[in-house]
Amino acid sequence: MAIEFKPSPSLPPPVNSVGAVAWVRQNLLSSPLNIFLTLFSFYILFLLIPPVVEWGIVTATFSGASKADCTGAGACWAFIGVYFEQFMYGLYPSEETWRINLALILLVVLVGTFVVKTVNKLYLSIGIVVVYPIIAYFLFAGGVFGLEVVETSLWGGLFLTTLLGVVGIVASFPLGVLLALGRQSSMPIAKSVCIVFIETIRAVPLITILFMASVMIPLFLPEGMNFNKLLRVLIGITLFSAAYMAEVIRGGLQAIPKGQYEAADAMGLTYWQSMVLVILPQALKLVIPGIVNTFIGLFKDTTLVYIVGMFDLLGRIQAATHDSSWLGTTIEGYAFAGFVYWLACFGMSRYSMRIERKLETGHKRN
Amino acid sequence: MSDKTTSSNKSILNDAGTRALIFQVVLLAVVVFVGYYLFSNLQANLADQGISTGFAFLNQPAGFPVLIHLIDYTEADTYGRAFVVALINTVVISLMGIVLATIIGVVMGLARLSNNWLVARLATVYVETLRNIPLLLQMFFWYFAVLATLPIPKNSIIFGDFFLNKRGIYSPNPITQDGFGIVVAGFILSIIASIALIVWAKKRQTRTGLWFPAYWSSLGLIIVISFLALAVSGFPIEFDLPQKSRFNVTGGMVLPPEFVAVLVALSTYTGAFIAEIVRAGIMSVNWGQTEAARSLGLKDSLTQRLIVLPQALRVIIPPLTSQFLNLAKNSSLGAAIAYPELVAVVMGTTLNQTGQAIENIGLCMLVYGTLSLTISIFMNWYNKKMSLTER
Repeated sequence: MAIEFKPSPSLPPPVNSVGAVAWVRQNLLSSPLNIFLTLFSFYILFLLIPPVVEWGIVTATFSGASKADCTGAGACWAFIGVYFEQFMYGLYPSEETWRINLALILLVVLVGTFVVKTVNKLYLSIGIVVVYPIIAYFLFAGGVFGLEVVETSLWGGLFLTTLLGVVGIVASFPLGVLLALGRQSSMPIAKSVCIVFIETIRAVPLITILFMASVMIPLFLPEGMNFNKLLRVLIGITLFSAAYMAEVIRGGLQAIPKGQYEAADAMGLTYWQSMVLVILPQALKLVIPGIVNTFIGLFKDTTLVYIVGMFDLLGRIQAATHDSSWLGTTIEGYAFAGFVYWLACFGMSRYSMRIERKLETGHKRN
Repeated sequence: MSDKTTSSNKSILNDAGTRALIFQVVLLAVVVFVGYYLFSNLQANLADQGISTGFAFLNQPAGFPVLIHLIDYTEADTYGRAFVVALINTVVISLMGIVLATIIGVVMGLARLSNNWLVARLATVYVETLRNIPLLLQMFFWYFAVLATLPIPKNSIIFGDFFLNKRGIYSPNPITQDGFGIVVAGFILSIIASIALIVWAKKRQTRTGLWFPAYWSSLGLIIVISFLALAVSGFPIEFDLPQKSRFNVTGGMVLPPEFVAVLVALSTYTGAFIAEIVRAGIMSVNWGQTEAARSLGLKDSLTQRLIVLPQALRVIIPPLTSQFLNLAKNSSLGAAIAYPELVAVVMGTTLNQTGQAIENIGLCMLVYGTLSLTISIFMNWYNKKMSLTER
């Protein structure tokens, strides 16, 4: 009769090496230094969290119409409620704000359709890039179909911030592509024009460009010809981000193997054909994360228009916190602004990381 | 194929070289024409508005105060001097910001890699919060929400000889007495000696393999020689302590709130970006390198210093350079909270008073261009020094 080998069942692992206890020992208390760091971190959390929670939630006032309603010792969120419309739309007339909302909904629908891929993408992208801006412009500015005219000086808040960011990035894209191609080109004059432009813009802060746009552009134009401040600032922002965009795109162009250029030449394609049909589609796909990052930077940088006297989200908040009937609401205002910007930028950076992961295998051989 | 057919197919317009030439001539013509057109408009406009041109205004009295000045400056001084004051303010805040941001960035970058879960999480929260909020908002926060809510001078917060109130941070101000030259001379001497020591130790190690604790001994050398020089010259330093009178704090060294707000905002914001760069740099060094170093018997500190760090630095330095450049450029945001740096003084007050937009904006762009160029030249030199020398 065969002897059956029967191992005794394994003992359970020691209590210290599994579960929560092991996790705490490994991650928080593995060495004297670690114990000290853990205690120190807890101390910092203890210093920060209870006061913030108490101020922001426990003793805060959430609704009300004036400063007098804020009787608690904590934050006065009623301030945000009262000024919310200004923070979103600036001084845009209240009864006309539906126009901004409509334009936004239209954009979301268009982009949504684009992502879902049900219709002809070419027509749709022409619609988004060419037709939509015209519709949006007339919706915002008015003056046609009986829409009331709204001066651009009334535009403000998050609406202006988004407008500056989106127009800046969309308008700077073609310019950036041209500059990047110019910088890569073998024609010495074209190349040096592009390099001088890109490097000059990148060497100076955005604020000098904005000052230039708001103070110097009128001096360079012939007598009697002048355009609106918003347009001047938009030109400044577009030129600024075009220089950065060009560098991002150049990175993509350099990442395309030389064989692709040679293959395009061998097919007898002209320069523009080989760029538009072969090189750019590959290069641009590679730099989508870089473009999103440029957009995040630009979105944060739009706050600088406040310095040249335009009231974007931060500008409106700055104005509201200096309102004498709401004194002492500075932190609430900044907390709200910080939250909005953080949400937008963090969301976009996560999105760009997702794309990066999705496209990661692009040029690696499997 | 005969020569004849080839030449007949070759129109000049189909030749790539000719086309490129034509295109470039057209481009150049357009650039020159646009430049000329803008310039002629400019001259007409300036003549119309009666604005003078040229840099003569730099010698005229400025007539406005600059609150923070590290060299003597009064309202009677010239625009030129105001420009120099502003330039110094910009350079000082940029350099201090770069140093502080690097320290914060390295600490936070290492903290994100810590094997202590809590520390790593806190560092992540720090980085993700500060990176995603506009710098201008952070500056406003420090200036209007934190420093402006400090008590009035009468109720200053006191730490020993340091006072903290609405008007800034007051600290003891060292004042040098006669004979301080000896201390300075001793200090410089000790630094020269330490450099010589380090060079000698390195040479000897390459030649013989013998190791000498050059860094620690040069630190000791600097401390001992400087202290000796202090003792010999009879401690020629006195501290001007800030004094609290009934309603005010006088004396001492004052860090104005504008300066503190700009410095804190710049260095914490850029520090968050540097933390990511440091983390990415260290993670880019293959784990095998660490294992190889350990199997050679190097202890952890040496593994980090001799194996991981030099390789990580190669990845870190180029993006670090662009962060330094960003910081220098971002110091211009100080204008928004009245820190008297270049943009505030030159493109703000001077431009408003003289109306000479071209000269002032040009001057500013020139300075920022030079500052950027200097930083990148220095960092490129350092990068070259650190880069892999392949044989």
